[in-house]
Amino acid sequence: MKESAKMQAIVVASQKELQASTSLSKEFSRRSFLRQSVALAGGAGTLGIASTAAMADPLPIPPSNQVMGAPLVAGYGMPSKYEANVIRRRSDVLVNKQNLSDWSMTPLQSTPGIVTPNGLFYERHHNGVPDINPDTHKLVVHGMVSKPLVLTMSDLMRYPTVTKFHFMECSGNGLTDWLKPASKTVQQTHGLLSCAQWTGVPLSWVLDEAGIDPKATWIVAEGADASGHLRSLPLDRIIDEAMLAYAMNGEMLRSENGFPLRLMIPGWEGNVSIKWLRRIKAGTEPWHVRGETARYTDPMPDGKWRKFSFEMEAKSVITNPSGSMKIKPGYNEITGFAWSGKGKIAAVDVSVDGGKNWQPARLEEPVLDKCLTRFNFNWNWQGGPAVIASRAVDSTGYVQPTVDDIKKVRAITGFVQHHNGIFPWNVSANGEVTNGIG
Amino acid sequence: MVLVKKIIIITAGLTLLAACSTSQNTAPKNTSGAAFGKPIAEQDLQAWNIDIRTQDGLGLPAGQGNAVAGEKIYNAKCASCHGPDAKGGPVFGTMVGGIGSFTTNARVLTPGSMYPYAPILFDYVRRAMPMDKPQSLTNDEVYALSAYILNLNGLVGKTDEMNSKTLAAVKMPNRDGFMVDDRPDTHAVRCMTNCKQ
Repeated sequence: MKESAKMQAIVVASQKELQASTSLSKEFSRRSFLRQSVALAGGAGTLGIASTAAMADPLPIPPSNQVMGAPLVAGYGMPSKYEANVIRRRSDVLVNKQNLSDWSMTPLQSTPGIVTPNGLFYERHHNGVPDINPDTHKLVVHGMVSKPLVLTMSDLMRYPTVTKFHFMECSGNGLTDWLKPASKTVQQTHGLLSCAQWTGVPLSWVLDEAGIDPKATWIVAEGADASGHLRSLPLDRIIDEAMLAYAMNGEMLRSENGFPLRLMIPGWEGNVSIKWLRRIKAGTEPWHVRGETARYTDPMPDGKWRKFSFEMEAKSVITNPSGSMKIKPGYNEITGFAWSGKGKIAAVDVSVDGGKNWQPARLEEPVLDKCLTRFNFNWNWQGGPAVIASRAVDSTGYVQPTVDDIKKVRAITGFVQHHNGIFPWNVSANGEVTNGIG
Repeated sequence: MVLVKKIIIITAGLTLLAACSTSQNTAPKNTSGAAFGKPIAEQDLQAWNIDIRTQDGLGLPAGQGNAVAGEKIYNAKCASCHGPDAKGGPVFGTMVGGIGSFTTNARVLTPGSMYPYAPILFDYVRRAMPMDKPQSLTNDEVYALSAYILNLNGLVGKTDEMNSKTLAAVKMPNRDGFMVDDRPDTHAVRCMTNCKQ
């Protein structure tokens, strides 16, 4: 009892310490302090990999070797308390006055590999997260079908399963950072992006079972949330890949990501993958609801608005090093994500001189269709100011544009969606990394 | 002879494939035999069947209301978030004005300036408003609120009754303000050395 009380006190103390330093800037300034100290010890002024090769301190036995560890507690495991800073965050640039129609962003700088853990998967809700009992949840398929159907979750889970890795990105990802820097970290510039392994049933199977009219060309999909969020979708473009998903990353969907059932349209803007899916209706035209006219449309130079911009075009971003980090001269791995809503990533190029010269990065396996692809690049930073950026090329041959390329054909005013421009980070002479857009 | 037969079969097969790929709804079929949906009659799912095809009002229910009635409902159930006269409140911005602003660099998005079709108001208010009690308004209340917002935007008269016919007939200023996605609209080149910046 005494031991566990002591342990509890240690845990509480360390939690308090972490709470005191939850802001990213504090965390990074602490880390950069450590790095600077190391650099000083190694002799500041000499550059390169060998510059910090002073002798390390003698090693005492670590306390963890000498005391019993925490006893096993069966239950849902949580990340180490030392990772308490790796969390979803709301944007601190565009702060909503309420947190019901709101979004949280994935800490892309802290998610190695290509899979986003479920607790870090970005969120976008239009009126909060509903509490839905899977035992009572139902999906209805109707409209232009010969046999309207209702399916329970246990019905849906009896079908043969399909499992695929796909990214999901909000159409508004990057909307605060088009023309000048507003966000500090890659979590805030690009964190409406995540990737999961999805499991479910092909949408086409239940449409087929309901006897969909061959003349039906659109469906509308609707959620069971308090906004009744819905989107019209062109059947011929989604029918091969759309999935009724009930699981992600080896467990049932999280409530905030659609539990117990959501649509998953690979490669398309996230809001069409209707969460808490309750109804699919077939018809011959789009419905033109608020969410596909007044919202999720892009301003064009002639005063018009572009609608039904479904696919998220090829894009990439360097996640390490990225905004609010500090690097040391010598070897630095440049790494990040590339993705395309139209296929696979064919290549990623990296520039360390602001886009004048580019070199191919290494693509890490697996390279999958409509999925995050990890790229890596070896960089020996010589210590002067630098501008680093990545550029994706997808399997259709499409090359990620610059913001200047996009500005020529779209109006960048207000909350502009579908920002897939090349994103530079400035590296100052002392190694501080900042948002380099604009 | 055998060879000729094979060629004919292959050709026939290709023709069939080509025919399939140009027809509609050629999704991968479920060949497993699993089929677990339970038939339901359309009339038994009417409480869920609330979508409206806004360009022609298909799905608009019976009922009616005007801006006079709408103002009272608005002040009781909406003003605390949207502010007096729908000009913006503590939670949401204005729902009035902005017509003609889309050719300027400060586009003001309101139902009046942005919605291409008036039934969008009915569809959205019925399904999502008030935010703390969605799907609680009667159809008459939703028609009245739609009329009120349209009236504040100068698009219908104060006593004009909105119903399934008149609401769908309101001509919205931004009706022709949309174009369908035509991307890719950029054509970047994969330059590797001495590129223009």
